[in-house]
Amino acid sequence: MKSAVITFPGSNCDRDMAVAIELVSGNAPLRVWHGDSTLPDGLDFIALPGGFSYGDYLRSGAMAANSPIMRGIVAAAERGVPVLGVCNGFQVLTEARLLPGALMRNAQQTFICRTAALKVENADSLFTSYYQQGQSIDIPVAHHDGNYFADDATLDRLEGDGRVAFRYADAINGSQRAIAGVLNAAGNVLGMMPHPERAVEDAHGNTDGRALFEGVLNALALT
Amino acid sequence: MKVRIHVSLKQGVLDPQGRAVHHSLGGLGFTGVDDVRIGRTVEMDVADDTTETQLTNMCEKLLANTVIENYRIEMVG
Repeated sequence: MKSAVITFPGSNCDRDMAVAIELVSGNAPLRVWHGDSTLPDGLDFIALPGGFSYGDYLRSGAMAANSPIMRGIVAAAERGVPVLGVCNGFQVLTEARLLPGALMRNAQQTFICRTAALKVENADSLFTSYYQQGQSIDIPVAHHDGNYFADDATLDRLEGDGRVAFRYADAINGSQRAIAGVLNAAGNVLGMMPHPERAVEDAHGNTDGRALFEGVLNALALT
Repeated sequence: MKVRIHVSLKQGVLDPQGRAVHHSLGGLGFTGVDDVRIGRTVEMDVADDTTETQLTNMCEKLLANTVIENYRIEMVG
């Protein structure tokens, strides 16, 4: 199992992501810099971490979505390589058009940093198969721009196709239909604002995020 | 050549910043403000032979997120 964590200028959860992947898979992911023009060959899994890439200039994730490395990530995602984007990584994936919609400023204008209750809306996906359908899990959130927006037709399509992976139990940031995480049409790209990598070991006080990494990484190890 | 790109949120997209500013204007005693929406202006110096198509591409690829934003290109001269 060969994985990579991408680091952009301003990423700050890249190490946490790498630690979570190594903890669950036993293999340390490669650390890839945004300015690299090509991805390492043969990647099985790519993670885009949280942070404030490029200081959130212009729009969160907008500059990072145009980094040299993103061409390779878009191509890999289109080939079916699993890609996980957390927080700023989710913003980057929407800006790169790998996922629909956009992440806007939280409706209440404030930065939210706390543990949020989520509902697993689709436990059949590559990333969520270790959860139960409808399971309630607690995952930390830390964001200012997590207010998910898409037009009604897109939201209806996402819901109808089972592409809403996670929903907030409470309306914490104004997201349309309380959406916390969405999948692409092929199911190999997941973007979510909450941070599963911050809930993987006992020292975190909560291990509800671990099943996400176990689900996707164990599935990859079996292939 | 100077160009201004005006980026604004689409109708129907809630503008939390605009709403907060609207609220503050009311708090300062400015009545009669029906709505406030916040946008962004990007001023650029570009080569004189820059085409409208090139400017449109800049907007579509980076300067605006057309999922939530509209843009308008103003040639200042």
